[in-house]
Amino acid sequence: MSDTIALANAKAKGKRPWFFDDREAERVFNVALALMQELSVARERIDTLERVLESKGLLSRAEIESFAPNEAQASARSQMHKELIGRCLRVLQQELEALEEAPGSAATPEELRQI
Amino acid sequence: MHAAAPAPQGPPPYQVVGKHAVMPETRHDEAARFNYLANMNQFLSAEFLPRVKRAYDKRALPRFQAEHGRAPVHRREVRELMSEEPAYQAWSAMRRATMEQRQQAGRSVVLRQLDHLNAVAKAVADDPGLKLDPNFQPPRYLTGVDHHCMPGGYLGELAPDDVSAPANYDVGIFATTGGALGRYSDGGGAAIAAWLKREHPDFKPKRILDLGCGLGHNTLPLAQAFPDAEVIALDAAAPMLRYGHARARSLGVTNVRFVQGSAEAVNEPDASFDLIVTCMFLHETSYTAIKRVFFETRRLLAPDGISLHIEQPQYQNMDVYEQFIRDWDAYNNNEPFWTTMHEMDLTELATDAGFDRTKIFETGVRAVVDAALFPQAAAAQKQEDYGRSAAWYVFGARV
Repeated sequence: MSDTIALANAKAKGKRPWFFDDREAERVFNVALALMQELSVARERIDTLERVLESKGLLSRAEIESFAPNEAQASARSQMHKELIGRCLRVLQQELEALEEAPGSAATPEELRQI
Repeated sequence: MHAAAPAPQGPPPYQVVGKHAVMPETRHDEAARFNYLANMNQFLSAEFLPRVKRAYDKRALPRFQAEHGRAPVHRREVRELMSEEPAYQAWSAMRRATMEQRQQAGRSVVLRQLDHLNAVAKAVADDPGLKLDPNFQPPRYLTGVDHHCMPGGYLGELAPDDVSAPANYDVGIFATTGGALGRYSDGGGAAIAAWLKREHPDFKPKRILDLGCGLGHNTLPLAQAFPDAEVIALDAAAPMLRYGHARARSLGVTNVRFVQGSAEAVNEPDASFDLIVTCMFLHETSYTAIKRVFFETRRLLAPDGISLHIEQPQYQNMDVYEQFIRDWDAYNNNEPFWTTMHEMDLTELATDAGFDRTKIFETGVRAVVDAALFPQAAAAQKQEDYGRSAAWYVFGARV
């Protein structure tokens, strides 16, 4: 299966052009564009779900639009948002944590080789 | 935002794309991916490209003029200038990424069902309508790069009797063109057929040749428009022919023979065709090849025969900025012959090949599509997706 994934992703023969001054920025931009696609796909699936369920009388989309969570539901959702934010911004958090590390508190690879 | 402006229409949903026996099946999210890509391509051409032009007019061009005391006179100068322009960089990066994502999306659909698709094509392959040549040596211009970023190109085979390349081409072309080519992506062929019926109502070709037919998208409308004609669809790539043959049979078209061979040296007698067409094919060849194709076309045409070549417009007398934008695919989408081809004097080429200069003509056609399913495409879209839109330049000659 992983072979199929790699094969679907295969590069076309020929030089790939890059456009930004910063190659790293363009790499990240390409990942973001792929995520944009996948978000759009997920939203289309949600839209299909809602429409099918509504057509069967199982939910009303107006009810979804006017849904007001109670206190416990709101709290659970808040937790969900915070977890997502934390996961996505992990790299920034860790960069700041590094500032708090006392110089010399982490072992260097050199030091560890000598233990 | 002007309140009076009508809401822009998006591309039709993927579900309207025509099905046939070898068309890959698409699941919900796979179709949604093509819907996203169709909309993204439309955004890039209709919304973002005008912003790139604005950045050129407002920022890049004045900078060039201040430095040189004149406007750019060649598209090379525009390209050099714009390579530093952030709006152009962003548009290019998005267009390239969208192209690569489209290939990935198509291939992932095809690969999971490739054994089945290969078997369906193979089941009908033993038929006079398909003539492959196992000893055929494909030309270097088809093996040197993978055209328009299609991994493996037209010739790539992942298994015996493989149809992965055409299946990927067919399943995803909707996304590249935003549905502008119609239900069966045959708007180009349909446009040629409509043009012939309108301009030459008495023309009844007995034999028709489509050079570089690919999977036959644009061959079938001609075969259907002239059901009594014998149609030869010629291509270098066995996978395209296998798929094209199975697709044609599934769609009930039986007067087309799919033949593997070279458009530079066609194994048919002199004056044996009444109509010879190429559809978005010449730009995939080479400087030497295109001359031979024109010679072959002249040799193969019978008296009163017509040749028609469908391409994007030539660069002669075109504004340098438009040339630069139209040339994007040459540099960024693996179309190495694109620039040279669009600079060539086709009239000279045809005259050298023996065509009578007074019988050479140029015209333009737009994709002919089902207006009920494709109202936007049928209403002749206003936006121009340079090099991609469903409006073409036609170069032709009569014998």
